[in-house]
Amino acid sequence: MISTRQLSYSYLNGPGIGFADVDVAQGGVLLLSGASGSGKSTWLALASSVLLPTAGEITVAGQALSRLDAARSDAWRAQTIGFLPQKLHLSAALTVAQNLELAQWAAGQAKDAQAIDQALNALGVGQLRQRKPAQLSGGQAQRVALARATLLQPRVILADEPTASLDDDACSDALRLLCATAERLTATLVIATHDMRVKNYLAAKRMQFLSVKLPASPIN
Amino acid sequence: MKTLFLSWQYLWSRPLAASLNLLMLTLGLASITFLLLISQQITQAFERDAAGIDVVVGAKGSPMQLILSGVFHIDAPTGNISLAAVKELAANPQVAKLIPISLGDNFRGFRIVGTSPDYVLHYGATLAAGALWAAPLQAVVGSQVAQKTGLKVGDRFAGAHGLGAGGDSHGQASYVVSGVLKASGSVLDRLILTATESVWRVHVAHTAADAEDQKILQGEREITLALIQYKSPLAAVTFPRLVNSTTDMQAAAPALEITRLLSMIGVGTNVLKALAGVLLLAAGLSVFIALWSAVRERRADLALLRMLGAPPRKIAGLLLCEALWLALLACAGGVLTGQGLMALTAWALQAEKSIPMAAFTWPIDLIIVPVLAVVVALAASLLPAWEAYRVSVFELLQSR
Repeated sequence: MISTRQLSYSYLNGPGIGFADVDVAQGGVLLLSGASGSGKSTWLALASSVLLPTAGEITVAGQALSRLDAARSDAWRAQTIGFLPQKLHLSAALTVAQNLELAQWAAGQAKDAQAIDQALNALGVGQLRQRKPAQLSGGQAQRVALARATLLQPRVILADEPTASLDDDACSDALRLLCATAERLTATLVIATHDMRVKNYLAAKRMQFLSVKLPASPIN
Repeated sequence: MKTLFLSWQYLWSRPLAASLNLLMLTLGLASITFLLLISQQITQAFERDAAGIDVVVGAKGSPMQLILSGVFHIDAPTGNISLAAVKELAANPQVAKLIPISLGDNFRGFRIVGTSPDYVLHYGATLAAGALWAAPLQAVVGSQVAQKTGLKVGDRFAGAHGLGAGGDSHGQASYVVSGVLKASGSVLDRLILTATESVWRVHVAHTAADAEDQKILQGEREITLALIQYKSPLAAVTFPRLVNSTTDMQAAAPALEITRLLSMIGVGTNVLKALAGVLLLAAGLSVFIALWSAVRERRADLALLRMLGAPPRKIAGLLLCEALWLALLACAGGVLTGQGLMALTAWALQAEKSIPMAAFTWPIDLIIVPVLAVVVALAASLLPAWEAYRVSVFELLQSR
């Protein structure tokens, strides 16, 4: 679950951004839409405890993030947040399986080959585990990145522009996969996007979701 | 996944840069290893052969040449001195031991040295086969001589005039090998030893036309030089002065001349050491540039690792590990290359019958090589590691 109260953030030498209050139950879907520069990145950074709010409260998966210090926030993020970056950022030097292992390394966990196989198989890319990222198609690479994001059974999945640069068919595929994965893990899914197709897709599938449109009100 | 494995993968994800840096570091460390080994071996070789010899008396000339020819057998002697004068010196109360040395002939480039059995005793050499010479024209060969020429007990050979291979052969008077020495690591290994009288006999037979001539020559007997050990160290103050001022001979102290020689070589080694240092510095800079650009290239990847929950110190550790891998590989490569060069040098010097040097020794000083490798690697990776430490997850969200 995610809930925010009068959340705002001010950049040094910049204007502050205030965000509308949000309440998403565990397993719910939040659509964060808006043009680039509208504060989507800031909201994602606040939700993943990368930035601390200037004012207001944000609670993610039962944790009030303003109470986390820097050291604990890294551990908390490893356990709680599954992040699907727009550019995927699979490490070219490593195989698919090793890219997943990277998530276990970063979280300070021992290698768990079984969990890696499960995560890859759940997304239908188990047979690609020995390939390098350069040998994957765009769709395969996104599945691998999603497998990496969900390897540690996160409570929240943050997807940053998951449909950018995808054609309509691939866009639907990506969203179907994303929603199915979040449902399987009963994880809260946050999709930050400026792509109108996402809202249309969710509406067409008659999914329950909360839609927040940025920019929110600028504050002084 | 271990940080070590991951940093290894990252290192070799840029094979060209990694190889170049490895090569540069290896060359720097190899030259340092080689310089360390060779200066240590030179010092050791000189000190071993000069041990227990307080002063060398010979014909006037360069004192360094006298030491090089008389103690280390790598230069031509300054001339001859009369036997009578040497006998006078031996009677001096300050002299504990006097070993006569007569040079002039060689066998296939190995010097034939006329001396007394004291010479063998002085270096503590023992026989591998046979016995010491009991009569003139019997010879004891050093281990290296035996190995290279195949001489064994009972063999006959004729010396050739001069100190290098070739030269006029003394075909008439041939030596018999009476014994072969065990390898002692000293100068004896590459000498052929015989009685002082043998050298006289060979040359008398060579130059004297008739019996009357031989008699005259006997009265003017000479040796090349004498190695002397003092009874008390105090003699070092007076004895050389006595020889230099009251006789037409000169006295030279090996310790003094070696120090002089080593300080002359030392200038050369210092220049080479400075060059090796520059090489290492350049390697360090190259490693730094490679790591720095690696951090720049991988910023987003590193930010992702932070997003996945890796604390900053883990990211910085990754960079340090990458540099340490280079250090480890370069250290192993450098030491092996340095040792290989040393072995090659030792082999070349042995072939030239010059100062013997041991290959594949591991003096404690070599510890400086891994230390330098680690220091250079750490110094080169400090700034990139700090940059990696500061990578913010937020950059990942903004990289569009």
